[in-house]
This record gives sequence, C-alpha cells and structure tokens, in this order.
Amino acid sequence: MANHSVLIAVSAIFMVPIIFMILTALMTDRQALTPSLWPHPFMWKNFVTVFRQIPLARYTWNTFLYAGLSTVGVIVSCIPVAYAFSRIHWRGRNVVFMLVLSTLMLPNQVTSVPLYVIWARTLNELTGIQFIGTLKPLIIPNFFGDAFSIFLLRQFFMTIPSELCDSIRVDGGGHWQILRRVVIPLSKPAIMAVGLFQFIYAWNDFYNPLVYVGANPNAQTLSLALSNFQGMHHVQWNLTMAATLIFMIPVVVIFFLAQRVFIEGVTLTGVKG
Amino acid sequence: MIPRRSPAERRRARRRSALRKYGVVLLLLAPWIIGFVVFTAGPMVVSFLWSFTHYDMASPPHWVGLDNYRFMFGLGKINGQRMSDPNYWLSVKNTLFIISFGVPLRVVFSMLTAMLLTRPKRGVNTYRTLFFMPSMAPKVAAALVFVYLLNPTTGPINQLLNLIPGVHGNAPAWFYDPPYAKPALLILGLWGIGDAIVIYLAGLLSVPRELYEAISIEGAGAWQRFRNVTLPMITPVIFFTIVMGVIDGFQYFDQAFIAGNVSSGQTSILGSPQNSLLFYGVNLYQWAFRNFAMGYASALAWVLFAATMAVTAVLLLTSKRWVHYGGGNQ
Repeated sequence: MANHSVLIAVSAIFMVPIIFMILTALMTDRQALTPSLWPHPFMWKNFVTVFRQIPLARYTWNTFLYAGLSTVGVIVSCIPVAYAFSRIHWRGRNVVFMLVLSTLMLPNQVTSVPLYVIWARTLNELTGIQFIGTLKPLIIPNFFGDAFSIFLLRQFFMTIPSELCDSIRVDGGGHWQILRRVVIPLSKPAIMAVGLFQFIYAWNDFYNPLVYVGANPNAQTLSLALSNFQGMHHVQWNLTMAATLIFMIPVVVIFFLAQRVFIEGVTLTGVKG
Repeated sequence: MIPRRSPAERRRARRRSALRKYGVVLLLLAPWIIGFVVFTAGPMVVSFLWSFTHYDMASPPHWVGLDNYRFMFGLGKINGQRMSDPNYWLSVKNTLFIISFGVPLRVVFSMLTAMLLTRPKRGVNTYRTLFFMPSMAPKVAAALVFVYLLNPTTGPINQLLNLIPGVHGNAPAWFYDPPYAKPALLILGLWGIGDAIVIYLAGLLSVPRELYEAISIEGAGAWQRFRNVTLPMITPVIFFTIVMGVIDGFQYFDQAFIAGNVSSGQTSILGSPQNSLLFYGVNLYQWAFRNFAMGYASALAWVLFAATMAVTAVLLLTSKRWVHYGGGNQ
C-alpha cells in the first residue's frame, strides 16, 4: 500500500505540467498572469482565437507535410537497405553495417553546418531550386535512409525464418518477391514502429526547422512558430498554452493508439541494443 | 553424358553469379550509399577542410591554418593580435554542468521509479503510461510549460515554495536568475525520464528470480539483494543510459534556446539570462547561423564531434570493468 501511495504521488507530479497547461489555456490572458489556478471564466474561445492570431492552420499543415513525407521517405528507403543487411549474405556486410551504426553517434549539429551550405549553395546552383526557407531540406534526406530505422528493421528482419524465403526461391521468385510476399507482410509491427518514431521525431523537431526554414514565416512548423509566439506575444500565456496543447494533441493521440509499439521499440533499442 | 565444364568456365560462372549478387546488394543499398555520401561523409570531409578556413558564404573560403582553433581555445595570436571566442570556455563549462548533473539525476531517478514499478501486481501499465507520456512531448512544449510553471511571481512552484516559512519571498527566480537557470533545466529534464524508466523496468524484470531466491537463502537483506543482484544485472542498462545521456548532453540545445528566448523576451539574444544557458550547441548555432562564420563553426563542430567520440570511447573502455553482459534473459 505504501508503495502504491508513493507511485500515485510520483504520477501526480508527472501530470502537474499537463494539468497546468490545460487550465492556463482556458484562462483569460489577464488571469494567466495571476497566481490563481482555476479558470474563471472558462475561455473555450481561446482555441479559436489562437487560430486567428497566428496562421496556426498553416503551421499545422507544414508540420504535417514534414512529418508525413519524411515518414514515407524513411519507410521506402530503409526497407531495402535493412533487407540487404539481414536476408542476403555478402562479404563485408558486418563492416558496412557498423558504418551505418556509427552514424547514429554523429551529433546533428556537426553536419548541420556543411549541410546548410550544401543546400544554400551547392544544390541550389546545381538545380536552380531554392531550398532554404522551404521544407525540402527537412524532407529529402529521409528518402536516403536513416541509421536508427535501418537498425530497427534489420533486427526484426533477422528473426524471419529462412525457410519462408527459401520457399519463394524454390517457386522461382527473386528478392523482390521475397520482400513483397514474406518480409514486408511479416514485419508490419516493425515497419509501423519505424514510421511512428519518425513521424513523432519530425513532428517534435525544432533544430532542423530552425536552421532551414527559420527565415520564412510561411514554411514554419509548429515547434518553430511556438518558440517565436512567446517572443511576439509576451504576456499571452493562455494562447501560448492553447497552441501548445494543439501542438501536442497528435503526439498524445498517436501515443495512446500505439502505446505498445513505442514501449516495445524503446525497450528493444535500449535493452538489446 | 553431361558435358563437363572446364575449371575456367566454372570459375567464370561463379564470378558472374557473385557479381550479380553484389549488383543486387548495391541496388538495395543505393539509397543509403547516396545519403551517406551526400548528407554525412561528404559534409564531414568538407567541414573538416573548412575548419582551417575563413568562410562567410559571401566570398569563397580562404585558408587561415589553425587560426580558428587558436580563436576557439584562446591560444596564441591571430594576425599579431590576441583574439578569442569570448564565450567558448563558458559554453564548455555550461555543457559539462548539464551533463554531470543531468545524467546522474536521470539515471538515479529513472532507476528508482522503475524499481517502484516492479512491486505492485496491478496498475503497472497505467503508471508506465503516465510516466512515459511526458518523454514524448515536444521539447519546445516542455520548455514553454516549465518557463510558465517556474515563473518567479505567478508560477505555482514558487507559490508553493513561498509558503515555507524560511523561504517566504526569497524563492529563486529560476529562468530569470543566472545561478538558477541551469537547475531549472535539470527539473525540466526530470519530467522527461519516462523513456529511461521503461528501459530500466524491462531490465529489472529480466533479472532471473532464482538469483534473488539464492541470495535470500543466504540471509541477505534488501540492500544486499540490490547491491549484489539487481545492480550488477542492470549495469548494461545503466551503461546505455549514461552513454546516450552524454551524447545528448553534448548536443543540448532546444530547451536552452527556448527558455533563453522567453526569459529575455526576444529571439535575438541567445543563452539568456547572462549567458548562463549558452551551451556548446547554442554557441555553435550562433556562430554558424547568426554570424555565418562557417569556417569557425566547422571547427566548433569538429571539436564537438571529437569530444563526443573520445568520451564515448572512454566510457566503452571503462565499461569492461563494471558492466556485466551475458546475464539475465536479455
């Protein structure tokens, strides 16, 4: 019993920030600056006002584009790579796979300096397309593999019994058939996990949008817009919290729908990694 | 009779099938190979070269030798003048602070909470959900909420603290007071330990029960059970969370950037209040994307990369002494 009461107390502390977020989002802007805790009156209107004050719908759409397209990119590009690292035996496979894993340790900020110049200069001059100030530099690299996703998919592909692949080969099917008829159908949970992790990562991402689209208000994502929102509307904590809640809703919904996928994914990479 | 193939023919056939296999592998790996060359290896090489140049993106880079590194560490003279990055060592100190307090706090609190979770028979999943959810919250959202919660005058935390007789009116100003800004970030960090809790819980649950039974027969108490069974068995998890914590700590950025923006009331000043939140990543961002000193920023990035690699390597080497692999049902 004592154990349960400690756990209840700890859970309560974990919930405090979210409760305050909700309560503050429902206050008047005046009340949000006072120490009082209970909204009076309840300003449900805040959730409408915030869409009028800043182009929140546009930012949501941008964030959705970034998260959605980068998820498609990661899934499409990582499945064949993970397949080559798990279902085909070739010399040097382990060495190359270590190279993939080593890029996991590479700090994002280390490559961001040269990458910025590559998008702003090299690729811009080669193609004539303007990349800075758009979502393109955030989305395109995801179509060229992602070390974490390759790792997770490969671990899962390894567990598929080789008899299933052999049966396709006996029928005269090649790698494409094995991938389409055995590996992908059997790996739906892993593919789902990779997709969800990428979606949430991109949805929450702040650093990359800050670097690449910071200068263009039309291409801003929610994380970026929220960080500026405070600067612009210094005292409107109620609207800030309302916008923050709107920002968090997809994350919370996805989390509750696919809780097991996340917890198993975190456990898999943490305990076995 | 089957015509016998000559050894040369057989060798050729084998070579052809091997070539075809490598062709398929190359084709499957193509997305990653292109991505690795264009978005990882290429940029790394380029930025290494740039770290020896002055490059502002307006004119082509020109070679300055080790000047960027001298400027960084404050060693020697550049063009006969003593010049150095005024914030470099401060940013290193701030980063080491957040790592050396943040990582142990995260390890200890997530382990303790996970240990609490191994006891009850019911409700574990509900608690786990509640603890895990905040770790999924966007860092921007978490930072904004904590700036609000820790507001010196209207925030609920200081209202509570001010009820304590000795504190009354003297509660810290958190994000508005340099000595308390980093501790405020540590509190924010504790809100996000849910992912570590989940990993520790999985580690704790995989410790074989027989080990506990064996040591209990020898008459060991709760502390000895923890010290001699639990702790050694979860050292791989402790090691993993330390390594990840250190790597993340070197890149600490989002929370500091946002808390600094809000407390200073503007986006043009980074690391506010009074540079107390100027971490390595923030300083790097400022040089690269505010001052467009791409040469110097490349040097900063390479030192960050080298430091991350060095610390990870040291942790890996020492791990042989205290991390026990191969036990449990992992």
